[in-house]
Amino acid sequence: MIELTNVQKTFGSNQVLRDVNLCIDKGSSMVIIGGSGTGKSVLLKSVLGLVIPDAGTITLDGQDVTKADRDAFLARFGMLFQGAALFDSLTVWQNVAFRLLRGSLKRPKSEAREIAIEKLRRVGLKPDVADRFPAELSGGMQKRVGLARAIAAEPEIIFFDEPTTGLDPIMSGVINELTREIVDEMGATAMTITHDMSSVRAIADHVAMLHDGVIQWSGAVADMDHSGDPYVDQFISGRADGPIEAVR
Amino acid sequence: MILLQPIGALGRATLGAMGSIGRVTLFALQTLSHMIRPPFYGREFLVALLNIGWLSLPVVGLTAIFTGAALALQIYSGGARFNAEAVVPQIVAIGMVRELGPVLVGLMIAARVTSSIAAEIATMKVTEQIDALVTLSTNPMKYLVAPRVLAALVTVPALVAVGDVIGIFGGYAVATGSLGFNAAAYLKNTVDFLEGLDILSSLVKGCAFGGIAALMGCYYGMHSGRGAQGVGRATKGSVEAAAVLILAANFLLTGVFFSL
Repeated sequence: MIELTNVQKTFGSNQVLRDVNLCIDKGSSMVIIGGSGTGKSVLLKSVLGLVIPDAGTITLDGQDVTKADRDAFLARFGMLFQGAALFDSLTVWQNVAFRLLRGSLKRPKSEAREIAIEKLRRVGLKPDVADRFPAELSGGMQKRVGLARAIAAEPEIIFFDEPTTGLDPIMSGVINELTREIVDEMGATAMTITHDMSSVRAIADHVAMLHDGVIQWSGAVADMDHSGDPYVDQFISGRADGPIEAVR
Repeated sequence: MILLQPIGALGRATLGAMGSIGRVTLFALQTLSHMIRPPFYGREFLVALLNIGWLSLPVVGLTAIFTGAALALQIYSGGARFNAEAVVPQIVAIGMVRELGPVLVGLMIAARVTSSIAAEIATMKVTEQIDALVTLSTNPMKYLVAPRVLAALVTVPALVAVGDVIGIFGGYAVATGSLGFNAAAYLKNTVDFLEGLDILSSLVKGCAFGGIAALMGCYYGMHSGRGAQGVGRATKGSVEAAAVLILAANFLLTGVFFSL
């Protein structure tokens, strides 16, 4: 279980996270929604230790993440980045097997390659993609490679940062479906941040809306359409008028 | 109050400069600590050796040969004013080995390698590849910075040695080809005149300049701002800082070697 308590983060004069309280149950898929620039990525990166909160605590299974053994802690996570964040200088299979080629999870090269090809197949990519470089792939294919890399070491927890941004609706659908399937199949805990409502409906068990530095609403995805929360209503209907200012 | 404004600006600039020196020093110490502690990334080190050393040879060679050749011409025409044309081999040798070889190689490395390292790492930062490294349990300082700085510390002295030899050859080619020097006498004068300390100073300077060049590329890359502008600023800043620090270090090291 991941638990955030009174998490705060300020950049200069901009208080991005004012007082975030959130709980993500083990094995569930939590999607954080919210407009651009509301601190969704900061929240996610805070859990991973990529951003250090100014105040508050973040625990994983009851243990403060800042006090955990870093390698062991990170070995439990996989992450799909918004732009896939593939390493340009490495081939696709080396990207996917990055964690399996070094560090505590190191395996023989041939075994790591086999696992990488298997994971690529899992995300719908043919083995001949393995020896290409990321720059030779389309945006959708890069996202799939990023997904394959995120699941390569079979993590317990997977984070998805805007998994469908920049993709066409069909490719978005494919990524959403894959994400949900993989999370179910692996029994992983998932935390996704997105402002794409089709992703929310496809991926989420639970939804939390981040606005103005706090969680405005959270609940089951089935309750989202009749949450009674004006922020959530405005966000999911995409209206310009409402409590969320259109010009930020 | 208006009179105090320049003093305030001076104070802020001084604090800013001291802060930068502190940050760079901490970064250098962190790099050093990662260079000597496992895990070591051999592949990244070998790639850096290739990029910094082997692939810099053409630019270093061309810079050195033209500099050596021009130096011979300058010394010959300058020396002729007081009947000292014969000192061309000695001055070319000492000029190249003690000063021009290390400095020009250092500046060429700053232009070629520092910019490339800064742009590459800054782009990795902007595209979240650095964050991805962290999430994949890999320390970016260990994976990106340490191998590059270590490779520069190893290869730049070798490049300086090659540059020294090629520069001396440039002077030799001009002196024997168009200034009427005897080839054997030229070489004998060069070898006889150079001392071990000259060569040592050249190599030490190469090591220091290589370290500065790679460190500045890594530092500016890792601290890059956002977007294309951030990458551009990091690249420009890294080359400026490396060039200035190389020239300052050259002055300091020359002073140290003169005092020996």
